Amino acid sequence: MQIRVQSEPFDAGVELNGFAQNRTDIGAVVSFTGVVRDTDGNLQEMLIEHYPSMTQSAITKIAQEAVDRWSLADCLVIHRHGALKPGAPIMMVATAAAHRAAAFEAADFLMDYLKSRAPFWKKEITDQGADWVAAKDADEEALDRW
Amino acid sequence: MNVMYFAWVRERIGIPQEKVETEAATVNDLIAELTAREDRYAAAFADTSALRVALDQELSDFDAPLAGVQEVAFFPPMTGG
Repeated sequence: MQIRVQSEPFDAGVELNGFAQNRTDIGAVVSFTGVVRDTDGNLQEMLIEHYPSMTQSAITKIAQEAVDRWSLADCLVIHRHGALKPGAPIMMVATAAAHRAAAFEAADFLMDYLKSRAPFWKKEITDQGADWVAAKDADEEALDRW
Repeated sequence: MNVMYFAWVRERIGIPQEKVETEAATVNDLIAELTAREDRYAAAFADTSALRVALDQELSDFDAPLAGVQEVAFFPPMTGG
């Protein structure tokens, strides 16, 4: 299990190639990369604030639950903070399991929980000013699936 | 105890963290104390349904006791991922 919280960019391809590389007992690797989206074409940057002394432990707890619940062979979570430009990767998860259903489900679970339970807050800086991104009810409701 | 604020809560109160001397028994009591201090706190804590609280880096509830707690953090619902 690897958890990384960082301001630096990462290369999702390089990360994926190195993930669970030496495991011969797995049959499935699933990955997800979240990217800064410029919905209205006026986003200058996305500022991501976090709670440094809580972030690592909160993500580790979520990842450990995924590993236990889906018997994952390995699990990777990278989440960035700081000022990010449109198109930049924000975060990535990868899961490795014996079968694809477990790998897909675990990745889905990780994404739902990271969205609402990892201490990050996004602020969009646009031509019109700056606004904190509001959490959606649907994001909270998504947790009930698990 | 150390009290921390994040995102718009930090902006509304104007500081990221502060040391607070308090006898407050619960998170709600602490909020009542802070709210009575100055308008900027009252503005930040006006609607606690829009807020979350963590005690010693663990998500908690507003009626949770503060005995033994060293760090309280207030913030809006998280928007990770």
